[in-house]
Amino acid sequence: MAVQSSEKSFREVFIQLPSNTIDFFISFVDVFLSAIQRLVGLKGMPYVFVLPNLLVFGIFILFPMLLNFAYAFTGGSEFFLSERPWVGTANFDQLLTCDNFLDPNTCTQDRFWRSIYGTMSYVLGQVLWMVVISIITALILNRGIRARGFFRSVFFYPVLLSPIVVALIWKWILQENGLLNGIIVSLGYEKLPFLVDAQWARFWVIGISVWAFMGFYTLILLAGLQSIPADLYEAASIDGASEWHSFWSITLPLLMPTLIVVLVLALIRAVQVFDIVFAFTGGGPGTATLYIVQYIYDNGFASPNKLYGIAASASLLMAGTLVVLTLIQLRFRREEV
Amino acid sequence: MGTITSFLTRTRGRGRLHFTDIITYLYLILGTFLMFGPVVWLIFSSFKTQAEIVKFPPRLLPYRQETVVVEGYDEPLPLYLVTLENGSTAELAQVRRIGLESQLVDPANPDEIIKIPIDQREPIEKVVFSFDNYIEGVESFNFARYLRNSLIVTIFATLLTLLINSMAAFALAKYHFRGREAIFFIMLSTLMVPLSVILVPVFLVITTIDWNNNLLGVIVPAAATPTGLFLLRQYMLTIPDELLDAARIDGASEWRIYAQVILPLAKPALAVLTIFSVMWRWNDFLWPLIVLSRSEFFTLQIGLNSFQGELNVQWNLILAMTVLTLLPITLVFAILQRNITTGIATTGMK
Repeated sequence: MAVQSSEKSFREVFIQLPSNTIDFFISFVDVFLSAIQRLVGLKGMPYVFVLPNLLVFGIFILFPMLLNFAYAFTGGSEFFLSERPWVGTANFDQLLTCDNFLDPNTCTQDRFWRSIYGTMSYVLGQVLWMVVISIITALILNRGIRARGFFRSVFFYPVLLSPIVVALIWKWILQENGLLNGIIVSLGYEKLPFLVDAQWARFWVIGISVWAFMGFYTLILLAGLQSIPADLYEAASIDGASEWHSFWSITLPLLMPTLIVVLVLALIRAVQVFDIVFAFTGGGPGTATLYIVQYIYDNGFASPNKLYGIAASASLLMAGTLVVLTLIQLRFRREEV
Repeated sequence: MGTITSFLTRTRGRGRLHFTDIITYLYLILGTFLMFGPVVWLIFSSFKTQAEIVKFPPRLLPYRQETVVVEGYDEPLPLYLVTLENGSTAELAQVRRIGLESQLVDPANPDEIIKIPIDQREPIEKVVFSFDNYIEGVESFNFARYLRNSLIVTIFATLLTLLINSMAAFALAKYHFRGREAIFFIMLSTLMVPLSVILVPVFLVITTIDWNNNLLGVIVPAAATPTGLFLLRQYMLTIPDELLDAARIDGASEWRIYAQVILPLAKPALAVLTIFSVMWRWNDFLWPLIVLSRSEFFTLQIGLNSFQGELNVQWNLILAMTVLTLLPITLVFAILQRNITTGIATTGMK
């Protein structure tokens, strides 16, 4: 045999080898699954196909969800369920005992209520800014601009960065002697306590999460805008509609389904926010940016005496909220159709 | 009013530059600045020395004071531009500083010590992109090990997700069987309940099967993604059933129909799920944080988090390690950006 050229070995390694491996894998599995097919017949095959997904799903999502109920009604700091005493609704009582629900100081679990109010204000602010900025950016990207692909990627890039990287980048910029304070001082103003002051910390938590995620929503909204047929606008302008008018009566209504998807996704993700804030402020200063998932994490994993019961009850309450949000969304969708 | 409206509606025709076009490009330039600026700032900062990093107000480029080796001194001495008493200036090397007085020597004439007040000297600096921070950082930040763990988790979790999600999606899209609606509904309803809400019980399951400090504990639990299942099923619904029937007449087994008829046709949807899965797994934080507590199993994200939490770690090292952590995904994005953005925009949200 002749000496192989390097080009051929390249093909062998990167194209033929994987495809041979895949072929081999398919034939290998086929031996088993054909035998199973002879055993269970055509009617049984769909169950075979859903089985792996269902197993993983059942063991790691569905079963734990049921276990969560058991944890929520037991107390103590033992980890294994068999060693935990049944306490009834004591955990919920503890979480939900307040003299005045509007004032977290009067609650037995004041951190829980602080985290709830914190999450609410975060969700409101973040979703609002996110949607507004994403729409504006999508509208701009949808104009007849040059290098649209490039700019689309520019806004998408931070989406790929991990929460911890995003948090560190911004901590570096916002720290006392950071870039932003440097700019402010060189303009002749005083330094601002971006990470030390509670209000500023809340503001920047919203700011960096919008910075990190807006590209994703912009992309979805842009796809929605581009699916609006151009002849609608032509027809409208022939009929003498002003462009302002066609924005309100064509763009907005036809974008509505996409907008609702974006709104719901943003809402659900905002309620679940954890990693980016955890790495950025750690919930501080004080409890200024303590949100509900971090409250659960703190109780179950970070505090010295682990209150698994409290963590589980809090997560049940949170899951309940998410289900309500989902139901509202389904209702919206039905009205839409 | 008219100008605002044309700004808000669709594209203007080609031709002369309207002032809304100027606003558009200003917005895009500002956006580019805001999106890339922080990362560029991070990269420049990661090359700065300890002394430069605490300097306020900060400078963009990584400056470093020039040094010179002077006969009779073991260490290289820092160079200063000094204004002498007679008004002339000279480049001198500082031997030591005592209070407000600086003792310098002329590198050409190292025996004679010149004493001046410190406000009459200025450091001579040049821009140096030095990898010192990176070299020092990886001594305690085990980049190679974390990268290996991250790659293992991302690759195997994505392969597993693609395999089991597509198999289940195939069954749900192409067969009528008892329980189909129930399975689909249960899986979709958990779309809203994330892993983070059931932290404690999943941790119990993981502990019971002894997957703590095991990459399997990070790879497997989130593999059955409802999002992926939904996406693939919707896509497979559009593949005509006739293709399956034709393959069956040819005697193909159901597995071969799935693997050699359906999967090749579902490539666009599989590609989108691959992008999502790689993004999720590479950046995954909360889950590995709980499952992995021994540093030899850390992924990059967890490693970086624990590195920044360690006491006495300097910012310049943290910044360098942050750059290392964002480098792989940035390279992938730079190569595949068009496929990624169009993929998500077109198939992602159907």
